[in-house]
Amino acid sequence: MKILVPIAKVPDTTSKIAFIDNNTKFNPDGVTFIMNPTDEWYALVRAIELKEKQGGEVVVIHVGLADSDPIIRKALALGADRAIRVDADPTDAYFVATQIAAQAKEGAFDLIITGKETIDYNSFELGGMIAELLDWPAVALVSKLEIENGVATLKREVEGGTETVEVKLPMLVGAEKDLAIARIPNMKGIMSAKSKPVAVVAATGDTKLTVIANYALPDKAKQIKYISPDNVGELVRLLHEEAKVI
Amino acid sequence: MAVLSFVEIADGKIKKASVEAAYYGSKVAEGLGTDSVAVVFGTADAATLAALGEVGVKKVLHANDARFNNFDSKLYTKLLAEAATASGATIVVASFNHNGKLLAPRLSVRLKAGYVPGAVELPVFTGNEAVVKKNVYSGKASAHYKVATDVKIISVNPNSLSPVKTAGATAAVEAFAPSVADSDFTTVVKSVDKITGTIPLTEAELVVSAGRGLKGPENWGMIEELAKEMGAATACSRPVSDVDWRPHHEHVGQTGLTIRPNLYIAVGISGAIQHLAGVNGSKVIVVINTDPEAPFFKAADYGIVGDAFQVVPQLIQEYKKFKAAH
Ligand SMILES: Cc1cc2nc3c(=O)[nH]c(=O)nc-3n(C[C@H](O)[C@H](O)[C@H](O)COP(=O)(O)OP(=O)(O)OC[C@H]3O[C@@H](n4cnc5c(N)ncnc54)[C@H](O)[C@@H]3O)c2cc1C
Repeated sequence: MKILVPIAKVPDTTSKIAFIDNNTKFNPDGVTFIMNPTDEWYALVRAIELKEKQGGEVVVIHVGLADSDPIIRKALALGADRAIRVDADPTDAYFVATQIAAQAKEGAFDLIITGKETIDYNSFELGGMIAELLDWPAVALVSKLEIENGVATLKREVEGGTETVEVKLPMLVGAEKDLAIARIPNMKGIMSAKSKPVAVVAATGDTKLTVIANYALPDKAKQIKYISPDNVGELVRLLHEEAKVI
Repeated sequence: MAVLSFVEIADGKIKKASVEAAYYGSKVAEGLGTDSVAVVFGTADAATLAALGEVGVKKVLHANDARFNNFDSKLYTKLLAEAATASGATIVVASFNHNGKLLAPRLSVRLKAGYVPGAVELPVFTGNEAVVKKNVYSGKASAHYKVATDVKIISVNPNSLSPVKTAGATAAVEAFAPSVADSDFTTVVKSVDKITGTIPLTEAELVVSAGRGLKGPENWGMIEELAKEMGAATACSRPVSDVDWRPHHEHVGQTGLTIRPNLYIAVGISGAIQHLAGVNGSKVIVVINTDPEAPFFKAADYGIVGDAFQVVPQLIQEYKKFKAAH
Protein backbone atom coordinates (compact mmCIF):
# COMPACT_ATOMS: atom_id res chain seq x y z
CA MET A 1 0.00 0.00 0.00
CA LYS A 2 1.28 3.44 -0.91
CA ILE A 3 0.31 6.21 1.49
CA LEU A 4 0.78 9.93 0.95
CA VAL A 5 0.77 12.33 3.92
CA PRO A 6 0.71 16.08 3.26
CA ILE A 7 2.48 18.05 6.00
CA ALA A 8 2.20 21.76 6.71
CA LYS A 9 4.57 24.14 8.44
CA VAL A 10 2.97 26.30 11.14
CA PRO A 11 4.05 28.60 13.94
CA ASP A 12 4.36 26.87 17.32
CA THR A 13 1.19 27.34 19.40
CA THR A 14 2.90 29.48 22.01
CA SER A 15 4.09 31.97 19.35
CA LYS A 16 3.33 35.62 19.69
CA ILE A 17 1.00 36.50 16.85
CA ALA A 18 1.87 39.76 15.09
CA PHE A 19 1.58 41.10 11.57
CA ILE A 20 3.72 43.31 9.33
CA ASP A 21 3.46 45.19 6.01
CA ASN A 22 0.22 46.96 6.89
CA ASN A 23 -1.17 43.82 8.52
CA THR A 24 -0.90 41.83 5.32
CA LYS A 25 1.78 39.36 6.45
CA PHE A 26 2.45 37.21 9.51
CA ASN A 27 5.54 38.38 11.36
CA PRO A 28 7.89 35.38 11.53
CA ASP A 29 10.48 37.17 13.70
CA GLY A 30 11.42 35.05 16.68
CA VAL A 31 8.78 32.45 15.83
CA THR A 32 9.57 28.73 15.90
CA PHE A 33 7.94 26.78 13.08
CA ILE A 34 6.82 23.21 13.58
CA MET A 35 5.03 20.48 11.67
CA ASN A 36 1.28 21.01 12.02
CA PRO A 37 0.47 18.94 15.15
CA THR A 38 -2.40 16.85 13.78
CA ASP A 39 -0.41 16.12 10.58
CA GLU A 40 2.42 14.79 12.71
CA TRP A 41 0.73 13.16 15.69
CA TYR A 42 -2.15 11.44 13.94
CA ALA A 43 -1.90 11.42 10.13
CA LEU A 44 1.78 10.60 9.76
CA VAL A 45 1.99 8.20 12.70
CA ARG A 46 -1.08 6.24 11.57
CA ALA A 47 0.41 5.98 8.07
CA ILE A 48 3.63 4.62 9.57
CA GLU A 49 1.70 2.17 11.77
CA LEU A 50 -0.21 0.86 8.74
CA LYS A 51 3.02 0.40 6.84
CA GLU A 52 4.64 -1.40 9.75
CA LYS A 53 1.70 -3.79 9.88
CA GLN A 54 0.93 -4.28 6.22
CA GLY A 55 4.01 -3.19 4.29
CA GLY A 56 4.17 -0.53 1.61
CA GLU A 57 5.55 2.96 1.47
CA VAL A 58 4.87 6.23 3.29
CA VAL A 59 5.64 9.41 1.37
CA VAL A 60 5.31 12.88 2.87
CA ILE A 61 4.61 15.86 0.67
CA HIS A 62 5.09 19.50 1.54
CA VAL A 63 4.44 22.64 -0.44
CA GLY A 64 6.94 25.21 0.76
CA LEU A 65 10.34 26.75 0.39
CA ALA A 66 13.77 25.41 1.34
CA ASP A 67 13.46 26.67 4.93
CA SER A 68 10.94 23.86 5.55
CA ASP A 69 13.73 21.30 5.53
CA PRO A 70 13.70 20.71 9.33
CA ILE A 71 10.07 19.60 9.39
CA ILE A 72 10.59 17.35 6.36
CA ARG A 73 13.58 15.73 8.09
CA LYS A 74 11.51 15.24 11.21
CA ALA A 75 8.82 13.42 9.21
CA LEU A 76 11.52 11.19 7.71
CA ALA A 77 13.01 10.61 11.18
CA LEU A 78 9.60 9.50 12.41
CA GLY A 79 9.54 6.83 9.72
CA ALA A 80 8.39 8.21 6.35
CA ASP A 81 10.35 6.59 3.52
CA ARG A 82 10.82 9.60 1.31
CA ALA A 83 9.59 13.13 0.78
CA ILE A 84 8.45 15.39 -2.01
CA ARG A 85 8.77 19.14 -1.63
CA VAL A 86 6.93 21.30 -4.14
CA ASP A 87 9.07 24.39 -4.26
CA ALA A 88 6.49 27.18 -3.91
CA ASP A 89 5.06 29.53 -1.33
CA PRO A 90 1.84 27.92 0.01
CA THR A 91 -0.38 30.99 -0.21
CA ASP A 92 -3.82 29.67 -1.15
CA ALA A 93 -5.43 26.34 -0.22
CA TYR A 94 -6.62 25.61 -3.76
CA PHE A 95 -3.13 26.20 -5.12
CA VAL A 96 -1.59 23.88 -2.49
CA ALA A 97 -4.25 21.22 -3.15
CA THR A 98 -3.59 21.26 -6.91
CA GLN A 99 0.13 20.72 -6.27
CA ILE A 100 -0.49 17.78 -3.95
CA ALA A 101 -3.14 16.23 -6.20
CA ALA A 102 -0.77 16.42 -9.18
CA GLN A 103 1.91 14.51 -7.27
CA ALA A 104 -0.65 12.07 -5.90
CA LYS A 105 -1.79 11.20 -9.43
CA GLU A 106 1.74 10.61 -10.57
CA GLY A 107 2.60 8.41 -7.61
CA ALA A 108 -0.42 6.07 -7.85
CA PHE A 109 -1.23 6.18 -4.13
CA ASP A 110 -3.89 4.08 -2.43
CA LEU A 111 -4.45 6.35 0.52
CA ILE A 112 -3.89 9.95 1.52
CA ILE A 113 -4.06 10.89 5.20
CA THR A 114 -4.21 14.56 6.14
CA GLY A 115 -4.28 16.21 9.57
CA LYS A 116 -7.31 17.95 10.97
CA GLU A 117 -6.77 21.62 10.30
CA THR A 118 -3.65 23.70 10.42
CA ILE A 119 -3.26 25.65 13.62
CA ASP A 120 -2.57 28.89 11.72
CA TYR A 121 -5.50 29.28 9.32
CA ASN A 122 -7.81 26.80 11.09
CA SER A 123 -9.41 26.28 7.70
CA PHE A 124 -9.83 22.56 7.22
CA GLU A 125 -9.72 22.99 3.44
CA LEU A 126 -6.94 20.92 2.05
CA GLY A 127 -8.26 17.36 2.42
CA GLY A 128 -11.60 18.05 0.77
CA MET A 129 -9.95 19.90 -2.09
CA ILE A 130 -7.39 17.17 -2.78
CA ALA A 131 -10.09 14.48 -2.71
CA GLU A 132 -12.26 16.36 -5.18
CA LEU A 133 -9.32 17.03 -7.51
CA LEU A 134 -8.68 13.27 -7.55
CA ASP A 135 -12.41 12.43 -7.61
CA TRP A 136 -11.86 10.21 -4.55
CA PRO A 137 -14.12 9.45 -1.61
CA ALA A 138 -13.09 11.16 1.61
CA VAL A 139 -13.96 10.93 5.28
CA ALA A 140 -12.83 13.53 7.81
CA LEU A 141 -12.54 13.71 11.61
CA VAL A 142 -11.47 10.07 11.68
CA SER A 143 -10.39 8.62 15.03
CA LYS A 144 -10.00 5.01 13.88
CA LEU A 145 -8.77 3.59 10.59
CA GLU A 146 -8.25 -0.06 9.67
CA ILE A 147 -7.66 -1.40 6.17
CA GLU A 148 -8.36 -4.89 4.91
CA ASN A 149 -8.54 -6.17 1.34
CA GLY A 150 -8.68 -2.69 -0.11
CA VAL A 151 -11.56 -1.55 2.11
CA ALA A 152 -11.14 1.00 4.86
CA THR A 153 -13.22 0.83 8.03
CA LEU A 154 -13.31 4.23 9.69
CA LYS A 155 -14.78 5.75 12.80
CA ARG A 156 -15.62 9.39 12.31
CA GLU A 157 -16.90 12.07 14.64
CA VAL A 158 -20.44 13.35 14.13
CA GLU A 159 -22.49 15.75 16.26
CA GLY A 160 -22.89 14.08 19.61
CA GLY A 161 -21.21 10.79 18.79
CA THR A 162 -19.39 8.71 16.22
CA GLU A 163 -20.26 6.81 13.07
CA THR A 164 -18.50 3.76 11.66
CA VAL A 165 -18.30 3.71 7.87
CA GLU A 166 -16.74 1.62 5.11
CA VAL A 167 -15.10 3.02 2.01
CA LYS A 168 -13.20 1.35 -0.84
CA LEU A 169 -9.67 2.55 -1.55
CA PRO A 170 -8.30 4.75 -2.98
CA MET A 171 -9.55 7.38 -0.57
CA LEU A 172 -8.58 10.36 1.51
CA VAL A 173 -8.77 10.33 5.31
CA GLY A 174 -8.77 13.41 7.54
CA ALA A 175 -7.30 12.56 10.94
CA GLU A 176 -8.70 13.38 14.35
CA LYS A 177 -7.16 12.78 17.74
CA ASP A 178 -7.02 9.14 18.85
CA LEU A 179 -6.20 8.00 15.30
CA ALA A 180 -2.69 7.22 16.51
CA ILE A 181 -0.45 7.75 19.51
CA ALA A 182 2.11 10.44 18.85
CA ARG A 183 5.74 9.32 18.63
CA ILE A 184 9.06 11.02 19.01
CA PRO A 185 11.90 10.30 16.58
CA ASN A 186 14.58 7.95 17.92
CA MET A 187 18.32 8.17 17.24
CA LYS A 188 18.22 5.58 14.47
CA GLY A 189 15.39 7.45 12.79
CA ILE A 190 17.20 10.76 13.02
CA MET A 191 20.37 9.25 11.52
CA SER A 192 18.56 7.51 8.67
CA ALA A 193 16.51 10.62 7.87
CA LYS A 194 19.68 12.32 6.68
CA SER A 195 20.07 9.91 3.79
CA LYS A 196 16.41 9.44 2.81
CA PRO A 197 15.48 11.01 -0.54
CA VAL A 198 13.74 14.40 -0.74
CA ALA A 199 12.61 15.20 -4.27
CA VAL A 200 12.27 18.90 -4.92
CA VAL A 201 9.85 19.59 -7.75
CA ALA A 202 8.62 22.78 -9.38
CA ALA A 203 5.02 23.90 -8.98
CA THR A 204 2.56 23.30 -11.80
CA GLY A 205 0.11 26.09 -12.63
CA ASP A 206 -0.68 28.95 -10.33
CA THR A 207 -4.46 29.19 -10.04
CA LYS A 208 -5.53 30.77 -6.76
CA LEU A 209 -9.12 31.28 -5.69
CA THR A 210 -8.77 33.51 -2.64
CA VAL A 211 -6.46 36.21 -1.32
CA ILE A 212 -6.01 37.30 2.28
CA ALA A 213 -6.52 41.05 2.17
CA ASN A 214 -5.35 41.68 5.72
CA TYR A 215 -5.17 40.43 9.29
CA ALA A 216 -6.34 41.99 12.52
CA LEU A 217 -5.66 41.42 16.19
CA PRO A 218 -8.50 41.60 18.70
CA ASP A 219 -9.27 45.20 19.65
CA LYS A 220 -8.17 45.08 23.24
CA ALA A 221 -7.75 42.76 26.16
CA LYS A 222 -11.07 41.80 27.71
CA GLN A 223 -12.25 43.83 30.66
CA ILE A 224 -12.93 41.36 33.40
CA LYS A 225 -15.46 41.95 36.14
CA TYR A 226 -14.75 40.28 39.47
CA ILE A 227 -17.53 38.99 41.67
CA SER A 228 -17.06 38.15 45.33
CA PRO A 229 -17.26 34.43 46.20
CA ASP A 230 -19.74 35.45 48.89
CA ASN A 231 -22.11 36.99 46.37
CA VAL A 232 -22.58 34.35 43.67
CA GLY A 233 -26.13 35.54 43.01
CA GLU A 234 -24.58 38.65 41.46
CA LEU A 235 -22.95 36.49 38.79
CA VAL A 236 -26.30 35.01 37.82
CA ARG A 237 -27.81 38.51 37.66
CA LEU A 238 -24.98 39.81 35.44
CA LEU A 239 -25.17 36.80 33.12
CA HIS A 240 -28.86 37.46 32.66
CA GLU A 241 -29.11 41.24 32.63
CA GLU A 242 -25.75 42.38 31.31
CA ALA A 243 -24.30 39.54 29.23
CA LYS A 244 -27.77 38.26 28.23
CA VAL A 245 -26.55 34.69 27.86
CA ILE A 246 -28.99 33.04 30.27
CA MET B 1 -29.35 34.56 -9.15
CA ALA B 2 -29.79 33.11 -5.70
CA VAL B 3 -28.01 32.34 -2.46
CA LEU B 4 -28.11 28.61 -1.75
CA SER B 5 -27.72 27.20 1.77
CA PHE B 6 -26.90 23.57 2.47
CA VAL B 7 -29.15 22.40 5.31
CA GLU B 8 -28.83 19.15 7.28
CA ILE B 9 -31.41 17.18 9.21
CA ALA B 10 -30.60 15.13 12.31
CA ASP B 11 -33.18 13.11 14.24
CA GLY B 12 -35.97 14.72 12.22
CA LYS B 13 -34.90 18.24 13.11
CA ILE B 14 -32.87 20.87 11.33
CA LYS B 15 -29.41 21.03 12.87
CA LYS B 16 -28.78 24.18 14.85
CA ALA B 17 -25.67 24.87 12.77
CA SER B 18 -27.77 24.59 9.60
CA VAL B 19 -30.35 27.05 10.91
CA GLU B 20 -27.49 29.49 11.37
CA ALA B 21 -26.17 28.80 7.87
CA ALA B 22 -29.63 29.30 6.34
CA TYR B 23 -30.06 32.54 8.28
CA TYR B 24 -26.63 33.70 7.08
CA GLY B 25 -27.65 32.81 3.51
CA SER B 26 -30.87 34.81 3.87
CA LYS B 27 -28.99 37.86 5.14
CA VAL B 28 -26.58 37.65 2.20
CA ALA B 29 -29.51 37.28 -0.21
CA GLU B 30 -31.23 40.26 1.36
CA GLY B 31 -28.09 42.37 0.91
CA LEU B 32 -27.80 41.32 -2.74
CA GLY B 33 -31.50 41.65 -3.45
CA THR B 34 -31.86 38.01 -4.49
CA ASP B 35 -33.65 34.91 -3.17
CA SER B 36 -32.59 32.76 -0.26
CA VAL B 37 -32.88 29.09 -1.27
CA ALA B 38 -32.04 26.07 0.88
CA VAL B 39 -31.32 22.51 -0.20
CA VAL B 40 -31.90 19.35 1.83
CA PHE B 41 -30.81 15.78 0.95
CA GLY B 42 -32.64 12.78 2.34
CA THR B 43 -35.99 12.13 3.95
CA ALA B 44 -37.50 14.94 5.96
CA ASP B 45 -40.87 16.17 6.99
CA ALA B 46 -42.19 18.94 4.67
CA ALA B 47 -43.48 21.04 7.57
CA THR B 48 -40.04 20.98 9.21
CA LEU B 49 -38.50 22.25 5.99
CA ALA B 50 -41.15 24.89 5.41
CA ALA B 51 -40.25 26.33 8.82
CA LEU B 52 -36.94 27.47 7.30
CA GLY B 53 -39.07 30.42 6.22
CA GLU B 54 -38.64 31.70 9.77
CA VAL B 55 -35.01 32.47 9.01
CA GLY B 56 -35.79 34.08 5.66
CA VAL B 57 -35.59 31.11 3.28
CA LYS B 58 -38.00 31.53 0.36
CA LYS B 59 -37.66 28.12 -1.26
CA VAL B 60 -36.40 24.70 -0.14
CA LEU B 61 -35.15 22.25 -2.74
CA HIS B 62 -35.81 18.85 -1.24
CA ALA B 63 -34.17 15.70 -2.62
CA ASN B 64 -36.52 13.45 -0.69
CA ASP B 65 -34.68 10.18 -1.24
CA ALA B 66 -33.70 7.77 1.52
CA ARG B 67 -30.51 6.87 -0.34
CA PHE B 68 -29.29 10.38 0.57
CA ASN B 69 -29.89 10.02 4.30
CA ASN B 70 -26.26 9.38 5.17
CA PHE B 71 -23.51 11.88 4.57
CA ASP B 72 -21.15 10.85 1.77
CA SER B 73 -18.79 13.68 0.88
CA LYS B 74 -18.31 12.67 -2.76
CA LEU B 75 -22.01 12.08 -3.41
CA TYR B 76 -23.11 15.22 -1.57
CA THR B 77 -20.63 17.33 -3.54
CA LYS B 78 -22.26 16.16 -6.75
CA LEU B 79 -25.77 16.78 -5.39
CA LEU B 80 -24.91 20.22 -4.05
CA ALA B 81 -23.21 21.24 -7.30
CA GLU B 82 -26.34 20.23 -9.18
CA ALA B 83 -28.54 22.20 -6.77
CA ALA B 84 -26.26 25.23 -7.20
CA THR B 85 -26.68 25.06 -10.96
CA ALA B 86 -30.42 24.40 -10.76
CA SER B 87 -31.00 27.39 -8.49
CA GLY B 88 -28.58 29.68 -10.34
CA ALA B 89 -26.67 30.25 -7.09
CA THR B 90 -23.82 32.72 -7.05
CA ILE B 91 -23.18 32.15 -3.33
CA VAL B 92 -23.33 28.77 -1.62
CA VAL B 93 -23.44 28.72 2.18
CA ALA B 94 -22.79 25.75 4.48
CA SER B 95 -22.02 25.41 8.15
CA PHE B 96 -18.40 24.99 9.22
CA ASN B 97 -19.55 21.89 11.12
CA HIS B 98 -18.58 18.22 10.88
CA ASN B 99 -19.92 17.64 7.38
CA GLY B 100 -19.69 21.17 6.01
CA LYS B 101 -15.97 21.26 6.72
CA LEU B 102 -15.39 18.49 4.19
CA LEU B 103 -18.18 19.26 1.75
CA ALA B 104 -17.53 22.97 1.17
CA PRO B 105 -13.89 22.69 0.04
CA ARG B 106 -14.87 19.82 -2.29
CA LEU B 107 -17.55 22.01 -3.83
CA SER B 108 -15.03 24.82 -4.17
CA VAL B 109 -12.93 22.60 -6.44
CA ARG B 110 -15.89 21.29 -8.39
CA LEU B 111 -17.28 24.76 -9.12
CA LYS B 112 -13.86 26.45 -9.19
CA ALA B 113 -15.37 28.82 -6.67
CA GLY B 114 -13.35 30.74 -4.09
CA TYR B 115 -14.09 29.45 -0.59
CA VAL B 116 -13.95 31.09 2.83
CA PRO B 117 -13.97 28.53 5.65
CA GLY B 118 -15.46 29.45 9.01
CA ALA B 119 -16.81 32.95 8.37
CA VAL B 120 -17.69 34.87 11.53
CA GLU B 121 -19.39 37.86 9.87
CA LEU B 122 -21.48 38.62 6.82
CA PRO B 123 -19.53 39.34 3.62
CA VAL B 124 -18.97 42.88 2.41
CA PHE B 125 -19.37 43.27 -1.34
CA THR B 126 -17.63 45.66 -3.71
CA GLY B 127 -18.90 44.85 -7.19
CA ASN B 128 -18.23 41.15 -7.74
CA GLU B 129 -15.67 40.99 -4.94
CA ALA B 130 -16.60 39.78 -1.48
CA VAL B 131 -14.54 40.27 1.66
CA VAL B 132 -15.28 37.85 4.48
CA LYS B 133 -13.88 37.79 7.99
CA LYS B 134 -12.72 34.58 9.66
CA ASN B 135 -10.74 33.71 12.76
CA VAL B 136 -7.16 32.52 12.42
CA TYR B 137 -4.41 31.40 14.80
CA SER B 138 -6.95 29.64 17.03
CA GLY B 139 -8.90 32.83 17.61
CA LYS B 140 -5.86 34.94 18.44
CA ALA B 141 -6.37 37.01 15.26
CA SER B 142 -8.76 37.38 12.35
CA ALA B 143 -8.24 37.57 8.61
CA HIS B 144 -10.21 39.13 5.79
CA TYR B 145 -10.45 36.83 2.77
CA LYS B 146 -11.06 38.37 -0.63
CA VAL B 147 -12.99 36.29 -3.15
CA ALA B 148 -13.70 37.43 -6.70
CA THR B 149 -14.74 34.22 -8.48
CA ASP B 150 -18.20 34.22 -10.11
CA VAL B 151 -19.50 31.66 -7.63
CA LYS B 152 -18.41 31.98 -4.01
CA ILE B 153 -18.62 29.50 -1.18
CA ILE B 154 -18.78 30.44 2.48
CA SER B 155 -18.97 28.16 5.49
CA VAL B 156 -20.24 29.76 8.67
CA ASN B 157 -18.56 29.22 12.00
CA PRO B 158 -21.13 27.71 14.39
CA ASN B 159 -22.39 30.13 17.05
CA SER B 160 -21.09 33.18 15.21
CA LEU B 161 -24.47 34.78 14.77
CA SER B 162 -27.86 34.50 16.42
CA PRO B 163 -30.64 33.94 13.90
CA VAL B 164 -33.55 36.35 14.20
CA LYS B 165 -36.72 34.41 13.47
CA THR B 166 -40.00 35.57 11.97
CA ALA B 167 -42.48 33.29 13.71
CA GLY B 168 -44.88 31.55 11.34
CA ALA B 169 -43.13 32.46 8.08
CA THR B 170 -42.90 29.50 5.71
CA ALA B 171 -40.75 28.56 2.73
CA ALA B 172 -42.07 26.82 -0.38
CA VAL B 173 -40.84 23.23 -0.52
CA GLU B 174 -40.05 21.96 -4.01
CA ALA B 175 -39.02 18.48 -5.06
CA PHE B 176 -35.49 18.27 -6.36
CA ALA B 177 -34.41 15.17 -8.29
CA PRO B 178 -30.67 15.12 -8.94
CA SER B 179 -29.33 12.52 -11.32
CA VAL B 180 -27.17 9.92 -9.61
CA ALA B 181 -25.57 6.62 -10.55
CA ASP B 182 -24.67 3.70 -8.28
CA SER B 183 -21.02 4.64 -8.58
CA ASP B 184 -21.71 7.98 -6.86
CA PHE B 185 -22.28 6.23 -3.54
CA THR B 186 -18.95 5.71 -1.80
CA THR B 187 -19.55 5.61 1.95
CA VAL B 188 -21.47 2.84 3.67
CA VAL B 189 -22.57 3.54 7.24
CA LYS B 190 -22.13 0.44 9.43
CA SER B 191 -23.16 1.80 12.81
CA VAL B 192 -23.84 5.00 14.69
CA ASP B 193 -22.85 5.46 18.29
CA LYS B 194 -24.56 8.47 19.85
CA ILE B 195 -23.74 9.63 23.30
CA THR B 196 -27.25 9.76 24.66
CA GLY B 197 -28.75 11.89 27.35
CA THR B 198 -26.26 14.72 27.04
CA ILE B 199 -26.10 17.77 24.82
CA PRO B 200 -23.47 17.50 22.07
CA LEU B 201 -20.67 19.86 23.05
CA THR B 202 -20.26 21.45 19.65
CA GLU B 203 -23.97 22.28 19.47
CA ALA B 204 -24.30 23.56 23.04
CA GLU B 205 -24.98 27.20 23.80
CA LEU B 206 -23.98 26.86 27.43
CA VAL B 207 -21.01 24.83 28.61
CA VAL B 208 -19.79 24.04 32.11
CA SER B 209 -16.20 22.85 32.11
CA ALA B 210 -13.83 21.73 34.84
CA GLY B 211 -10.16 20.90 35.21
CA ARG B 212 -7.57 19.46 37.52
CA GLY B 213 -8.62 21.90 40.24
CA LEU B 214 -11.47 19.52 41.07
CA LYS B 215 -8.95 17.01 42.45
CA GLY B 216 -10.72 13.80 41.41
CA PRO B 217 -13.51 12.29 39.30
CA GLU B 218 -15.69 11.80 42.38
CA ASN B 219 -16.11 15.59 42.58
CA TRP B 220 -17.82 16.02 39.22
CA GLY B 221 -21.29 15.58 40.67
CA MET B 222 -21.69 19.31 41.26
CA ILE B 223 -20.47 20.13 37.74
CA GLU B 224 -23.02 17.74 36.25
CA GLU B 225 -25.73 19.12 38.48
CA LEU B 226 -24.98 22.71 37.49
CA ALA B 227 -24.94 21.71 33.82
CA LYS B 228 -28.22 19.85 34.16
CA GLU B 229 -29.89 22.81 35.88
CA MET B 230 -28.72 25.18 33.16
CA GLY B 231 -29.33 22.82 30.22
CA ALA B 232 -25.62 23.05 29.52
CA ALA B 233 -23.13 20.54 28.12
CA THR B 234 -20.09 19.49 30.14
CA ALA B 235 -16.48 19.81 29.01
CA CYS B 236 -13.05 19.34 30.58
CA SER B 237 -9.36 20.15 30.23
CA ARG B 238 -6.99 17.68 28.63
CA PRO B 239 -5.17 16.36 31.74
CA VAL B 240 -8.55 15.41 33.16
CA SER B 241 -9.48 13.27 30.16
CA ASP B 242 -5.92 11.93 29.87
CA VAL B 243 -6.26 10.30 33.29
CA ASP B 244 -9.82 9.20 32.50
CA TRP B 245 -11.56 11.33 35.10
CA ARG B 246 -13.79 12.36 32.21
CA PRO B 247 -14.50 10.85 28.76
CA HIS B 248 -12.30 11.94 25.86
CA HIS B 249 -15.13 13.48 23.89
CA GLU B 250 -15.36 16.21 26.56
CA HIS B 251 -11.79 17.41 26.06
CA VAL B 252 -11.61 20.89 24.59
CA GLY B 253 -8.57 22.79 23.39
CA GLN B 254 -5.96 22.72 20.74
CA THR B 255 -5.86 18.93 20.66
CA GLY B 256 -9.54 18.45 21.45
CA LEU B 257 -12.74 20.12 20.36
CA THR B 258 -13.05 23.77 19.46
CA ILE B 259 -16.25 25.22 20.82
CA ARG B 260 -17.87 28.63 20.70
CA PRO B 261 -20.81 28.60 23.07
CA ASN B 262 -22.57 31.71 24.30
CA LEU B 263 -21.37 30.95 27.81
CA TYR B 264 -18.33 28.97 28.95
CA ILE B 265 -17.94 28.46 32.69
CA ALA B 266 -14.44 27.23 33.58
CA VAL B 267 -14.02 25.73 37.02
CA GLY B 268 -10.56 24.86 38.34
CA ILE B 269 -8.89 25.26 34.95
CA SER B 270 -5.68 27.28 34.80
CA GLY B 271 -6.23 28.60 31.26
CA ALA B 272 -3.14 27.31 29.46
CA ILE B 273 -2.83 28.66 25.94
CA GLN B 274 -3.60 25.22 24.46
CA HIS B 275 -6.83 25.09 26.43
CA LEU B 276 -7.80 28.65 25.45
CA ALA B 277 -7.29 27.78 21.79
CA GLY B 278 -10.41 25.64 21.98
CA VAL B 279 -12.66 28.00 23.88
CA ASN B 280 -11.64 31.61 23.38
CA GLY B 281 -14.22 32.06 20.67
CA SER B 282 -16.90 31.75 23.37
CA LYS B 283 -19.08 34.82 23.68
CA VAL B 284 -18.87 35.09 27.46
CA ILE B 285 -16.33 33.34 29.69
CA VAL B 286 -16.71 32.89 33.45
CA VAL B 287 -13.69 31.71 35.43
CA ILE B 288 -13.83 30.22 38.92
CA ASN B 289 -10.37 29.60 40.34
CA THR B 290 -8.64 29.83 43.74
CA ASP B 291 -5.54 31.39 42.21
CA PRO B 292 -5.96 35.09 41.37
CA GLU B 293 -2.93 34.78 39.08
CA ALA B 294 -4.44 31.98 36.97
CA PRO B 295 -3.94 32.99 33.30
CA PHE B 296 -7.58 32.21 32.51
CA PHE B 297 -8.68 35.43 34.24
CA LYS B 298 -6.98 37.38 31.42
CA ALA B 299 -9.37 35.80 28.91
CA ALA B 300 -12.48 36.01 31.10
CA ASP B 301 -15.47 38.36 31.16
CA TYR B 302 -16.46 37.48 34.73
CA GLY B 303 -14.26 36.01 37.42
CA ILE B 304 -14.67 34.63 40.89
CA VAL B 305 -11.49 34.12 42.88
CA GLY B 306 -12.67 31.35 45.13
CA ASP B 307 -12.86 27.68 45.96
CA ALA B 308 -14.91 25.66 43.51
CA PHE B 309 -16.20 23.46 46.29
CA GLN B 310 -17.86 26.49 47.86
CA VAL B 311 -18.70 28.57 44.79
CA VAL B 312 -20.27 25.89 42.56
CA PRO B 313 -22.86 24.63 45.09
CA GLN B 314 -23.88 28.25 45.68
CA LEU B 315 -24.09 28.86 41.97
CA ILE B 316 -26.44 25.88 41.65
CA GLN B 317 -28.68 27.32 44.36
CA GLU B 318 -28.62 30.83 42.86
CA TYR B 319 -29.37 29.48 39.41
CA LYS B 320 -32.34 27.51 40.75
CA LYS B 321 -33.68 30.70 42.34
CA PHE B 322 -33.19 32.58 39.08
CA LYS B 323 -34.95 29.86 37.10
CA ALA B 324 -37.88 29.84 39.49
CA ALA B 325 -38.25 33.60 39.09
CA HIS B 326 -38.02 33.68 35.26
C1 LIG C 1 0.99 20.42 22.62
C2 LIG C 1 0.04 20.54 23.75
C3 LIG C 1 -1.33 20.45 23.50
C4 LIG C 1 -2.25 20.59 24.54
N1 LIG C 1 -3.58 20.55 24.27
C5 LIG C 1 -4.46 20.80 25.27
C6 LIG C 1 -5.85 20.84 25.02
O1 LIG C 1 -6.32 20.62 23.90
N2 LIG C 1 -6.69 21.11 26.03
C7 LIG C 1 -6.25 21.35 27.30
O2 LIG C 1 -7.08 21.61 28.18
N3 LIG C 1 -4.94 21.29 27.57
C8 LIG C 1 -4.03 21.02 26.60
N4 LIG C 1 -2.72 20.97 26.89
C9 LIG C 1 -2.31 21.02 28.30
C10 LIG C 1 -2.25 22.44 28.82
O3 LIG C 1 -0.99 23.00 28.53
C11 LIG C 1 -2.45 22.46 30.34
O4 LIG C 1 -1.50 21.63 30.95
C12 LIG C 1 -3.85 22.01 30.77
O5 LIG C 1 -4.84 22.70 30.06
C13 LIG C 1 -4.03 22.25 32.25
O6 LIG C 1 -5.23 21.68 32.69
P1 LIG C 1 -5.95 22.22 33.98
O7 LIG C 1 -6.18 23.66 33.84
O8 LIG C 1 -7.11 21.34 34.23
O9 LIG C 1 -4.91 21.88 35.14
P2 LIG C 1 -3.89 22.81 35.93
O10 LIG C 1 -3.05 23.58 35.03
O11 LIG C 1 -3.27 21.94 36.94
O12 LIG C 1 -4.83 23.86 36.64
C14 LIG C 1 -5.69 23.59 37.70
C15 LIG C 1 -6.27 24.91 38.17
O13 LIG C 1 -7.23 24.67 39.17
C16 LIG C 1 -7.11 25.68 40.17
N5 LIG C 1 -7.66 25.14 41.41
C17 LIG C 1 -7.10 24.25 42.27
N6 LIG C 1 -7.95 23.97 43.28
C18 LIG C 1 -9.07 24.68 43.06
C19 LIG C 1 -10.31 24.80 43.74
N7 LIG C 1 -10.56 24.13 44.87
N8 LIG C 1 -11.24 25.63 43.24
C20 LIG C 1 -11.00 26.35 42.09
N9 LIG C 1 -9.86 26.25 41.41
C21 LIG C 1 -8.89 25.43 41.88
C22 LIG C 1 -5.64 25.99 40.21
O14 LIG C 1 -5.42 27.29 40.74
C23 LIG C 1 -5.24 25.87 38.74
O15 LIG C 1 -5.36 27.12 38.11
C24 LIG C 1 -1.78 20.81 25.87
C25 LIG C 1 -0.40 20.88 26.09
C26 LIG C 1 0.50 20.74 25.07
C27 LIG C 1 1.96 20.85 25.35
